[in-house]
Amino acid sequence: MTGGLFYAITGVLLFCLGLYGFIQHAHLLRRILAFNIMGSGCFLVLVGLAQRGGQVDPVPHALVLTGIVVAVSATAFALILMRQLYVESGHCTLPGEDEES
Amino acid sequence: MSHLHAWLVAVDWIPWLLGPPLAHATLAFLLGPRLARLLALPVLVLGLVAASGLALRVLELGPQVHALGGWGAPLGIELYADGLAALMLWMTAAIGLAVGCYSLAFFSADDRRGTYFWPLAAFLIGAMNALYLSADLFNLYVTLELMGLAAVGLVALSSGAAALAAALRYLLAALLGSLLYLLGVALVYGNQGSLALAGLSLEANLLSSLIIALMTLGLAIKTALFPLHFWLPPAHGGAPAPVSALLSALVIKASFYLLLRLWFELFLPAINLPAAQFLGLLGAGAILWGSWLALQQRELKMLVAYSTVAQVGYLFLLFPLASFAPGAEAAWNGGVYHALSHGFAKAAMFLVAGAMLFAAGHGEIRRLGGLGQQLPLGMFTFALASVSLMGLPPSGGFIAKWLLLEAALASGQWWWILVMMVGGLLSAAYLFRVLRQAFLPTPADTRFRRPPAMLVGSAFLLSLVALGLGLWANGTLALLRVGAPFTEMTP
Repeated sequence: MTGGLFYAITGVLLFCLGLYGFIQHAHLLRRILAFNIMGSGCFLVLVGLAQRGGQVDPVPHALVLTGIVVAVSATAFALILMRQLYVESGHCTLPGEDEES
Repeated sequence: MSHLHAWLVAVDWIPWLLGPPLAHATLAFLLGPRLARLLALPVLVLGLVAASGLALRVLELGPQVHALGGWGAPLGIELYADGLAALMLWMTAAIGLAVGCYSLAFFSADDRRGTYFWPLAAFLIGAMNALYLSADLFNLYVTLELMGLAAVGLVALSSGAAALAAALRYLLAALLGSLLYLLGVALVYGNQGSLALAGLSLEANLLSSLIIALMTLGLAIKTALFPLHFWLPPAHGGAPAPVSALLSALVIKASFYLLLRLWFELFLPAINLPAAQFLGLLGAGAILWGSWLALQQRELKMLVAYSTVAQVGYLFLLFPLASFAPGAEAAWNGGVYHALSHGFAKAAMFLVAGAMLFAAGHGEIRRLGGLGQQLPLGMFTFALASVSLMGLPPSGGFIAKWLLLEAALASGQWWWILVMMVGGLLSAAYLFRVLRQAFLPTPADTRFRRPPAMLVGSAFLLSLVALGLGLWANGTLALLRVGAPFTEMTP
């Protein structure tokens, strides 16, 4: 197994782990963190798979940089909305979902 | 007249569709709502001129390519517009202009919501324009995210915990959708080493099936395809009326457009029949379940939001209907035509619903009696939009359903005809519920406020366009044919 493929498979595992957390948890902070883990998994696949030829491909690096910027903005936005929801309703979960589940 | 025509065709309009809305959004953030209101109309009118010019140019000169900043495809970002993109851009510009006029009257100058509405709406329109013009998978991801974030911000404009919960639910669904799409992009790049949509096509193998499943699932979440529509009704029904109009008419069409491009350019060699039939099945589920829930709603805007869930279903009938050679072109045309006519009709309906809410002071359908006398033009607009949503002649919705029926007959898939018939009857049932109530006599204890004329006027114009799409179908279909994947004429 080449190094690139190893990273790609790790990325897929991270993505699945994040997806599980994203669906399983009700607490919004956990779901936002799970989203970030899924994002990191995606980026690993992007960089890892493109290295198969033995040479480093610069394009995915540029893409991942852009992707990180997008993920950071989305995370910041989600955190603000979550905090506001907590101020207004006193809960960190969406209505109709229990924190224990 | 011929000078104007020659000038419209001669100018390269593509940068004019991106720069002005993004500049407007940034300036609106920096300089506050007063200047944003002042700039809104010129920018939106310029957008409509640019979209019309681009449509004429594509019709006469064929698909257009624009290299951003003079940097071509392998290094820079290349933008591309064919007939389908030009039509979607024109729809965005026309509905954007009408919603802009409406919002000037809807949000007063010192309304707190107006402060955020203008920059977010301008970002939304800029992002959608960029999405329709993008020709590579990663650029499409970025525009998809920009559009999603702006849309969620708009949903959060309404105050209160319910609106925040709706916005968060929408944000989580949108983020999940775009990550699934992005993983698909990563696999495509790893497999093919290229991201340009043109010239890329998947082979039929296991990896391709995984890519198709990931990207289709992600975009289906964003388009609110049944049973992934859970986020749509609270977000679209709870937002202020102009926001609902933008989201229901335009935003879900953008992700559908991307799905269409992927299926018929990238995925086509690797698609099998069961996958297309499955998407159609979900579409049928959306039509029946969405219409059924629309019938149960008590709030006017929730009814219109569930109607969107149902109407999204017709869009997805395109996939099974276009998978057989006879009728493929009719199915393609019908699906796109449905996206267009639903856009105009649904925008008109949400805008007029906002005017009805303003007049009655509440949205409870049972207590809307007397609105027919108070808002005659408003109820006429609602009826015109309903005609298009039900698919009655001579509206754009009729042409769309006609083409889809033609495709179903040509390919012998009669079961979709049945679904469309039942869906049409159900939509008539839930829309007549509102119309009937509005024309009942006024209950004794109700007082009406007169909404500003602009609220009803801009909705009325949109419903006229929805009707006009049925009358001038030939020109629209000629534009749609430019660069379409199905070029053979149906006999």
